[in-house]
Amino acid sequence: MTVFLIRRLLQTLAVLFAVSLVVFVGLYAVGNPADILLPDDATEVERQAAIRSLGLDQPLIVQYGLFLKNALSGDLGRSFVYNEPSIKLILARFPATLELALSALFIAMVLGFPLGLYAGLHPGTRMERAIMTGSILGFSLPNFWQGLMLILIFSIGLGWLPSSGRGQTGSLFGIETSFATWDGIRHLILPATNLALFKLALVIRLTRAQVRETMPLDFVKFGRARGLTERRIVGVHVAKTIAAPIVTVIGMELGSVIAFAVVTESIFAWPGMGKLIIDSINRLDRPVVAAYLLVITFLFILINLVVDLLYTALDPRVRLGGKS
Amino acid sequence: MSALLEVRGLKTHFYTRAGVVKAVDGIDFTLNAGEVLGLVGESGSGKTVASFSVLGLIDPPGRIVEGSIKFKGEELVGSPVSRMRQLRGRDIAMVFQDPMMTLTPVLKIETQMIETVLAHETVSRKAARDRSIEVLRRVGIPTPEDRIGAYPHQFSGGMRQRVAIAIALLHAPALILADEPTTALDVTIQGQIIAEMQKLVAETGTAMIWVSHDLAVVETIADSVAVMYAGRVVEHGPSANVIGRPAHPYTEGLLNSIPSRTTPGKRLNQIPGMAPSVLNLAPGCPFAPRCPYEQPACAEIPPARNIGPEHMARCITPLTRELT
Ligand SMILES: Nc1ncnc2c1ncn2[C@@H]1O[C@H](COP(=O)(O)OP(=O)(O)O)[C@@H](O)[C@H]1O
Ligand SMILES: [Mg+2]
Repeated sequence: MTVFLIRRLLQTLAVLFAVSLVVFVGLYAVGNPADILLPDDATEVERQAAIRSLGLDQPLIVQYGLFLKNALSGDLGRSFVYNEPSIKLILARFPATLELALSALFIAMVLGFPLGLYAGLHPGTRMERAIMTGSILGFSLPNFWQGLMLILIFSIGLGWLPSSGRGQTGSLFGIETSFATWDGIRHLILPATNLALFKLALVIRLTRAQVRETMPLDFVKFGRARGLTERRIVGVHVAKTIAAPIVTVIGMELGSVIAFAVVTESIFAWPGMGKLIIDSINRLDRPVVAAYLLVITFLFILINLVVDLLYTALDPRVRLGGKS
Repeated sequence: MSALLEVRGLKTHFYTRAGVVKAVDGIDFTLNAGEVLGLVGESGSGKTVASFSVLGLIDPPGRIVEGSIKFKGEELVGSPVSRMRQLRGRDIAMVFQDPMMTLTPVLKIETQMIETVLAHETVSRKAARDRSIEVLRRVGIPTPEDRIGAYPHQFSGGMRQRVAIAIALLHAPALILADEPTTALDVTIQGQIIAEMQKLVAETGTAMIWVSHDLAVVETIADSVAVMYAGRVVEHGPSANVIGRPAHPYTEGLLNSIPSRTTPGKRLNQIPGMAPSVLNLAPGCPFAPRCPYEQPACAEIPPARNIGPEHMARCITPLTRELT
């Protein structure tokens, strides 16, 4: 276990190093932030001074070396625009994004698992076809279009839910969150649904496939031959068998949901990391973009690790290391 | 003695895309309380489908199309699912062919045994667990109080089959359907399990249908034998008669192909050809193409003929001589 964790830690560092290099070179190639930051009528002297103060006059390799050195001491640079540590900017918006992503995954699971289970247990029925057709739409319609439709129907048309911003947050167990107030929850529903729709289809299809693969297995029939109820067989034997692979895949999706939140946050003006990063890219705010990508990379790695540990906990065959 | 199980004219067909698979096509047999019936036939002759039919466990596209299955005088064909569930595991238990697949991999043996007890009786979990340990001990699991907490993959194939047998014995059923329970096991383990099951059913007065493709095994364990060929019982009678004086050429062929029965040095007499597919079977006696005694009259399905007391065969020229 310790060896496993140490190996994972070293892998993490290697990946972060590689990503930082790619990000840095990539951003360097995109353009000179001084051109965007300075007003159009700035003199050449002012321009040179700004470039020097931002450290942009140094050769790439030196800039990168400096970046790495600072990064190792936890400093990912200051935002050119806000003149604040970029990591602070990102972490300040992280809770809003995480809240949105977790709500979306929760919705996707809570709706997707039963729908997938139903579809898997009743192949060829009208209801199954309806569910599967719906999930194809979820897959193929662009996420931003789904978002606009949600706003059009529930916000503009029916006027039930707000379509923009995070609403009022409150403190729950010392964490600032939308869940604490009714207004916050109302603001969360549409963006979370929008983000969930994309993953809902995945959960439905995955669950259905797993159910259809499991139902013909001998142990299901043996359960029936022992006089167990269908409820017990599906609810315990089948559900527990398919839980490990489903949780794994869904867990892995958390990273991509956080990354995909960029689109949803832009549509619903959700003040999370995604909106910050879009703004920062537009302003060539290099340190913020670099810090964002590194944070996202780190999150992906962390999520994979947690999922691996979770899988081991869910499947006894893995936990005990095969045959004894 | 009144019959425990009486099967009359049972037909179980599968309506597949390729056509109607007449897996069981009109079988009759009778089993008295406490007796062991050997159900013999080549692979694909319909033994498993016949066993599952008794439990009402035929899944679509298959169904029982005709016939009667009477258990203790009660008609099982067409009886409601709830009634069948009561009988399964309590009055009629089954042991499957492949012990590696029958137990649910993600649940402890304990869980699977306790739930089987509780499916039919209202007792405390503690009482259910104690009984499970007792039964595990009877089937020869060493230190069952420790092993009961293990997962199936922590047992060898032979031990898993013992666990499955223990589960079948939990409610002291009147009838156990043993579907080739030793086919998937090593030869040495096979012998042990056969001997132990024989002892267990004799002790408890449980009747058993012992399904096998091996007449030699059946000879040691069964009171009566039913020989299946292409979905039909071609010969049925007391073991001593069927094995000592086979009336059907197919039974004779099976006996001649057992190595231990032929004189050393003599060539084994394999039945020529292959068992026919039960999909779109040609009319007439299905064994005719492989039969050394074939005649023009075999173009019609032969009726069941009485050979001796309780001994019948479906052949127009039943063999009457002693087997040498
Ligand atoms: N679910 C099914 N769908 C279609 N055909 C089936 C199904 N189950 C069994 N069969 C067919 O029924 C026949 C008898 O099978 P089975 O009872 O398993 O034979 P045995 O146990 O004697 O080896 C085989 O030809 C098999 O292909
Ligand atoms: Mg079989």
